[in-house]
Amino acid sequence: MKNFLIKGGRLVDPAQGIDGKFDIAMADGKVSWIGAGEPPKNDYTVIDATNLTVTPGFIDLHTHLRQPGFEEKETISTGTAAAARGGFTTICSMPNTNPAVDNRATVDYVKCVASREAVVRVLPIGCISKGRRGETLAELGEMAGAGVIGFSDDGSPVPGARLMKQAMEYAAGLNLPIIDHCEEPSLAEGGQINEGIVATRLGLAGIPNAAEETMIARDIALAKLTGARLHLCHISSKGSIDLIRAAKTGGLKLTAEVTPHHLTLTEERCLGYDTNAKVNPPLRTYADIEALIGALLDGTIDAIATDHAPHTENDKCCEFALAPFGISGLETAFGSLMKLVHSGKMPLPLIVEKLTAGPARVLGNGFETAGSLKVGNPADLVISDPAAEWIVETAKFASKGKNSPLAGEKLKGKVIVTIYNGNIVHEEDIR
Amino acid sequence: MLNETTAAPKTNAWNHRHLLDVDDFTPEEFEIVFSTADAMSEILSRPIKKVPALRGQTVVNLFYENSTRTRASFEIAAKNLSADVLNVTSTASSITKGESLIDTLKTLEALGANIIVMRHNFSGAPYLAAKHSKASIINAGDGWHAHPTQALLDLYTIRKHKGSLAGLKATIVGDVRHSRVAHSNIWGMTKLGMEVTLCGPPTLLPYGLDNPGANFPKVRVENQVEKAVANADVVMALRLQRERQQSGLLPSVREYVERYQITSERLKKAAKDVLVMHPGPVNEDIELATESAYGEKSVINEQVSNGVAIRMAILYLLSGRQGEL
Repeated sequence: MKNFLIKGGRLVDPAQGIDGKFDIAMADGKVSWIGAGEPPKNDYTVIDATNLTVTPGFIDLHTHLRQPGFEEKETISTGTAAAARGGFTTICSMPNTNPAVDNRATVDYVKCVASREAVVRVLPIGCISKGRRGETLAELGEMAGAGVIGFSDDGSPVPGARLMKQAMEYAAGLNLPIIDHCEEPSLAEGGQINEGIVATRLGLAGIPNAAEETMIARDIALAKLTGARLHLCHISSKGSIDLIRAAKTGGLKLTAEVTPHHLTLTEERCLGYDTNAKVNPPLRTYADIEALIGALLDGTIDAIATDHAPHTENDKCCEFALAPFGISGLETAFGSLMKLVHSGKMPLPLIVEKLTAGPARVLGNGFETAGSLKVGNPADLVISDPAAEWIVETAKFASKGKNSPLAGEKLKGKVIVTIYNGNIVHEEDIR
Repeated sequence: MLNETTAAPKTNAWNHRHLLDVDDFTPEEFEIVFSTADAMSEILSRPIKKVPALRGQTVVNLFYENSTRTRASFEIAAKNLSADVLNVTSTASSITKGESLIDTLKTLEALGANIIVMRHNFSGAPYLAAKHSKASIINAGDGWHAHPTQALLDLYTIRKHKGSLAGLKATIVGDVRHSRVAHSNIWGMTKLGMEVTLCGPPTLLPYGLDNPGANFPKVRVENQVEKAVANADVVMALRLQRERQQSGLLPSVREYVERYQITSERLKKAAKDVLVMHPGPVNEDIELATESAYGEKSVINEQVSNGVAIRMAILYLLSGRQGEL
C-alpha cells in the first residue's frame, strides 16, 4: 500500500461541504490530510490532478454481479473490475442469482468470493422471499446476521401486499431497508417498452407508468403502516416522483434511486429494435426525465444507482421480445451523468452528492464513511476529468456485459483513477 | 426480361435492399411499386402467367406463423417470375429444436437463398434478420408491427379505383392496436396524402395517438363508428381475434358486433362510391355484415388478386434484375 498525495485538483466532497482547490493525502489506507500547502511529512506518491476533479469513491446501491449461477454474464471479479473502471468503490449486489441469495450460506458465499476476488467493496443484499418467489419470507434475520445491507426481490416485485407488509414489519425490527422493485405484475405482463407512441410504432406491448406507480402507492401505504425503512429502486416516471415527494413530506423513512439511463435516454432509443435499450423499468419520455432531474435537485431522489445488468451478446442478439431486460451500466455512469452537467441541467457537486453522500445515507448503519473523504475515513477516492471526451467501446469494458445502448457514442467526462482502501484499482492508460 | 410488350418502370429511385415496412417510403417509391405492379398485372392477364425475370434466383418463404393467403400469394408470385421457391415453416424445421433465427438465416443463406420472405410472431424480427442476412428480407408480417406488402396491395387497390390517393378519406375499424396491417396502412395512406380515421373499442386502439405528432400525421380517432365512416372513401374492417375477449379487452363479441360491425346501414353514411376492404380472412357477420363483405362496394377479392401483382413487383424490385430490362 502506497501513501498518496493528490495535488492541484478540484476537491468535491458534499458530505463535508467541500468544493474547492485542495490537496489531499492518504496514508495507510485512510484519508490523512486535506488542505492547501504542505501536508504532514510522509513518503508520498504524488498524483498531479490539475484540471481534474477529486471526489469520494462512488457508491452503487444497485448492481447485478450474477455470481453464483450466471457467471457467463458476470462474476464478482469482472463486475467489481467494471465498478472500479466506473469510479465505484462500494457496490451493493442484488440477490437474483442462482441460487438466489436468500439464506446465510449464499450471503457467506458472496462475501467469501468477494474477499478473495473483488477489487472494490461488495455489500450483499438478501432476498425478501425464499427463492424470490414472492410466497414466503426468506430468513431475513439470519441474513442480517451474515451482513446484508437490506432486502430485495429485485428483478421482480413482491406481488402480494400481505407478504410485503410482513417483510416490512420483520425488516423494521432488524433496522434494515426493504429495497423494492416497484412493478404491478398484471399491468406490466408481456410488456417490452414504455407504453406510448414508440410502442405503437414498433408494435410492441407496453409497460405503463401506472405499473410502477400503483406499486409505489401500495408500498408507501405499507411503510406508513409498519414504520419500515423503504428504499425504492430505479424510479422512472413523473407520477412516481409525485407520489414519493408527497410521501416524504409525511416523514416516512423513505428513500429512492434513479439510474443514469433513465436520466439521459428516452424510449426512442428502442426505435430500430435495439435490444440494448431494453430495460426494466423501460426508458420513458422527456417529460419523465425532466421530473427525475427535478427530483434530484429538490432532494426527492436520494441517490443515483446504475442497476448494472450485464448480459451476454447472445442473450441480447435476438428478437426484441426474447431479449432480457438490462443495461451494462457501471462503466458509462459517470460519462452519462456528465451530459446533465455539460447541458447545464445539474451542477457537478450535486451529481457527486448523489453518487456518494446520498447513497451512503441510504445505507446508514455506519456505512456513511464510504461516502466521504473525512480525515480518518477509508481512502476510497476517484479522480475524474469532466472535460475528457471518449468513445464508448464496449469491447474494452471490464464487465462481461457489453450490452450498452451507448456503444459507439461519444461521452464527455471520464474516470481517470480509482483508489479503494488506499490502493489504485483502476488507472486510465492515458495517464 | 419481362418481355417487350411490358412497360418497364423506371427504377432509378429504388434503393431498398429489404422491404421491412413502408414507413421509410417516399411517394416516388410507392409509385415505382405501383407502376411495376401494373406491369405484373398485365402479365397476370395473359394465358400463360410466367416470365423468366427471377430465373436462377431462390426465394424462401420462412413462416414462423401459420398463413394461407400471404404465403400462397408469395409462392405464386415467385413462381410466376420463374424463381425457385422453398417453403420453410417453424413447425417442420429445426426451429422446433430451438435453432435461433440468425442460425436459421445463415443456413438458408448457405443453401443459396436470394430473397427471404419472412413472417414472424415477434415484432421487429425482420429487422434483426436484415442486420444478419446477406439475402434480401421481405417482411410478410411481424407481430403487431407491420405488414408492408398487404399495405401496398391495399393502396394499389385504392389507386386502381380512385386514380389518385391524395385527399381521400379512409376509415379503419376494429383492433387497430394489434393490427400490423393497420399500422402499415396508416403510414402508407398518410404518406400518400390520405386522411385516416381510426375507430374501435378503446381497449383495441393504439397508444400515443392523442398526440401523434410527426409519427402518425393526418390521423384521428373517433369512437362512434357512424361518425367514423361518414364521408369515407375507403372503409377498412380489421379481423377480430376472438382471444381478445378472453384476455379482457372486450366484454363480448356480441357487443363488438353491435357497436362496430360494418353494416350496409352504416355504409350509407360513407361516400357513395366507398370501397369496402378487409385484409382477410373475414369473420363473416362479426367485423363485416355478409352483405357488406360481398356487396357491390366490396373489393376484398380484388385485394387478393392485386396481392400477387404487388408481391411480384416487390420480388422483382428486390432481385436487382431490373437493370437487365
